[in-house]
Amino acid sequence: MFEILKKQELAPSIFLMDIYAPRVATSANPGQFVIVRVHEHGERIPLTIADYNEEKGSVTIVTQTIGASTRQICALNEGERLLDFVGPLGVPSELVHMSDEELKKLNILFIGGGVGTAPVYPQVKYLNARGIKADVIIGAKSKHHLILQDQMKAAAGNLYVATDDGSVGFHGMVTGLLTDLVKNQGKKYDLIITIGPMIMMKFVSKLTQELGIKTIASLNTLMVDGTGMCGACRVTVGGKTKFTCVDGPEFDAHEINFDEAMRRQGMYRGIEAKKLEEYDHKCKIGRHE
Amino acid sequence: MAVKTPRTPVREQDPKVRVTNFEEVCYGYNAAEAQLEAERCIQCKNPRCVGACPVAIQIPAFIKAVKDGDFLKAADILGTDSSLPAVCGRVCPQETQCEGSCILGVKGEPVSIGKLERFVADNARLQKHFDATTQPKNGHKIAIVGSGPAGLACAADLARWGYEVKIFEALHRAGGVLEYGIPEFRLPKDEVVRYEVENVKRLGVEIETDVVVGRTVKINDLIEKEGFDAVFIGSGAGLPKFMGIPGENLNGVFSANELLTRANLMKAFLPDYETPVYVGKKVVVVGGGNVAMDAARTAARLGAETHLVYRRSEKELPARVEEVHHAKEEGIIMHLLCNPVEILGTEEGWVKGIRAIQMGLGEPDESGRRRPIEIAGSEFEIDCDVVVMSLGTSPNPLIAATTPGLQIQKWGGIIADDETGQTSREGVFAGGDAVSGAATVILAMGAGRKAAKAIDEYVKNKKQ
Ligand SMILES: Cc1cc2nc3c(=O)[nH]c(=O)nc-3n(C[C@H](O)[C@H](O)[C@H](O)COP(=O)(O)OP(=O)(O)OC[C@H]3O[C@@H](n4cnc5c(N)ncnc54)[C@H](O)[C@@H]3O)c2cc1C
Ligand code: SF4
Ligand code: FES
Repeated sequence: MFEILKKQELAPSIFLMDIYAPRVATSANPGQFVIVRVHEHGERIPLTIADYNEEKGSVTIVTQTIGASTRQICALNEGERLLDFVGPLGVPSELVHMSDEELKKLNILFIGGGVGTAPVYPQVKYLNARGIKADVIIGAKSKHHLILQDQMKAAAGNLYVATDDGSVGFHGMVTGLLTDLVKNQGKKYDLIITIGPMIMMKFVSKLTQELGIKTIASLNTLMVDGTGMCGACRVTVGGKTKFTCVDGPEFDAHEINFDEAMRRQGMYRGIEAKKLEEYDHKCKIGRHE
Repeated sequence: MAVKTPRTPVREQDPKVRVTNFEEVCYGYNAAEAQLEAERCIQCKNPRCVGACPVAIQIPAFIKAVKDGDFLKAADILGTDSSLPAVCGRVCPQETQCEGSCILGVKGEPVSIGKLERFVADNARLQKHFDATTQPKNGHKIAIVGSGPAGLACAADLARWGYEVKIFEALHRAGGVLEYGIPEFRLPKDEVVRYEVENVKRLGVEIETDVVVGRTVKINDLIEKEGFDAVFIGSGAGLPKFMGIPGENLNGVFSANELLTRANLMKAFLPDYETPVYVGKKVVVVGGGNVAMDAARTAARLGAETHLVYRRSEKELPARVEEVHHAKEEGIIMHLLCNPVEILGTEEGWVKGIRAIQMGLGEPDESGRRRPIEIAGSEFEIDCDVVVMSLGTSPNPLIAATTPGLQIQKWGGIIADDETGQTSREGVFAGGDAVSGAATVILAMGAGRKAAKAIDEYVKNKKQ
């Protein structure tokens, strides 16, 4: 179980993997996520599902080596196995609950940032399979960091790219590109779905609120169990506490308290830093003695 | 006469030492101590202890076997009524059950039934005494959701009767609360829990971890596509409650479940495990149940000065007496008759303290305990870096939401018959915390076994 069927480097430090997990592949829907554990002493790591194939029994994940745990995932090779792979978790994207007629009436735009581009793909593909072409904006640091461009091109209506350094596409942030599309190019959208770094989603949400476009964001909070048991993933949406793992991960972006979500996401980052500080401090005291 | 002899004391780790480690607090009896304690039982004709045991263990009979030195026979007697004696001997609230009714308790101290049960079970484990015989396979398949005490007990019985049993567990490890909730220092995982789970597997039960029923597979699919004849739901009551007071989402506010899951399931207290856990220098735990005590004692072991805030008085503390006693010995500072009204934060959004209000006690409420009433103008503050909320849990709505026709109570509990566990869906049974709300190991185990019997009857009737 949970064998790595395929591994591919999409961009520097971003890897795509197909995992053999037939139960998850059968039940997965766009918008959901899985929790992965690499080894017995490892953490439970939540990852949004980037694609799934029921026939092959495989589920695709895309991971960027950010911390120690994601690095461990990316260090594995084809033929090796993940210790645990549980899902699909969370509620499927709202799109799944809408009828094809309802969907056809909407102009939908996806905004994916960095590795968040990957979980946008199954949603675009889902719509494409129903004859609906959604537009997509991909944001990346530079053209080297751009991922899934070809797959996306095949499934999307218009594909727009924004890079921080301007090495390809629009020079600047996804928000700049969106402003340009709506204000200068006369594009009209009824629904925007954004997945990416929390800070990007916060600014997309701020902009779309001004533009008056309904927006959904997929949150990547801290998690432990992913089944509603611990509350580590809680966020405030519309003034109410929600558990991202069971009530989300997708929420109405205009209702999300992003500042709180970002602060909570960094909770252990602070602790790690504090620990390091204390450790340094002790070392210094040690030297004085 | 033997009756007057005091209870045989049980050896425990020194409080000052144990609060710095996660090893078991209580060492339990050795054979000599167990036999000495067994002598005290007067072998009542109409034993009150048995009537007060939720699964009616034949207490005088097993105690007599201990007295006679026939420890394995004692284990067999326990085994007929309990599938998890090493667990129950450690965590059952004996003081309100068997020991609370023991005749010796009227004038003196009751027999130490729990410690005797634990000794017998531990001894059987050390002797590798376990009967794994089952009836020949009968060709019927039963699915069990959740591997807590309810699921394990139900699975064990059905497997013994020849059923092919498969447990689906959402987490990566089997055991339910025994694995993720109750701490190592009260219930050793490798030694006790893992062993009990292994025994259930030795009966032929298959445990598939990493399956969230309702998401990974639905109950309908188990019956219609995977060919299970019946399903037992023992999914527990794991959803933590919060108070809904200002500041509850500050950094440094955790549910007791989060702290305990990080510490127990993820073993965050061991340096070579990667999941982090943070308790800061000073912790306030809010609540008064077993879970609150476990959270407080865990926080203390992780190095924090630990305070506990509870809104009623010590008499109403729902936690077991032994846990409260142990917690105090370990230096947990209790603030009784007060309740937090707000969690205070720093500018960066980290906890810096709580504001609490003092409470008085009014008339008894529906629970029979005196209702706490706020005393106006009595607010005060306690500085701290971490707040742990331990206000109880409720059943996870996922299974009910994904199983058409499965009826639940307003508060989320699955509606099931007390005697059989039969739910509103044919072929679907339920028991344990998922039905009762958070209760005890022994009640969950008992419910699992009752359902096993009802499932056996259901399958046999269906065949005819
Ligand atoms: C910290 C703590 C301390 C406690 N101390 C004591 C004590 O001292 N004495 C005592 O008697 N009782 C104690 N209890 C209560 C006792 O542990 C529970 O009453 C008992 O474990 C309930 O058993 P159960 O089998 O119903 O559920 P659980 O033990 O909760 O097991 C349920 C299992 O089902 C799994 N599950 C849930 N949903 C799904 C799903 N959708 N698909 C698959 N699997 C699922 C869960 O992951 C879990 O493993 C304590 C509880 C806690 C939390
Ligand atoms: S009530 Fe007490 S003395 Fe009587 S049989 Fe039970 S344990 Fe023994
Ligand atoms: S991750 Fe534990 S409740 Fe959501």
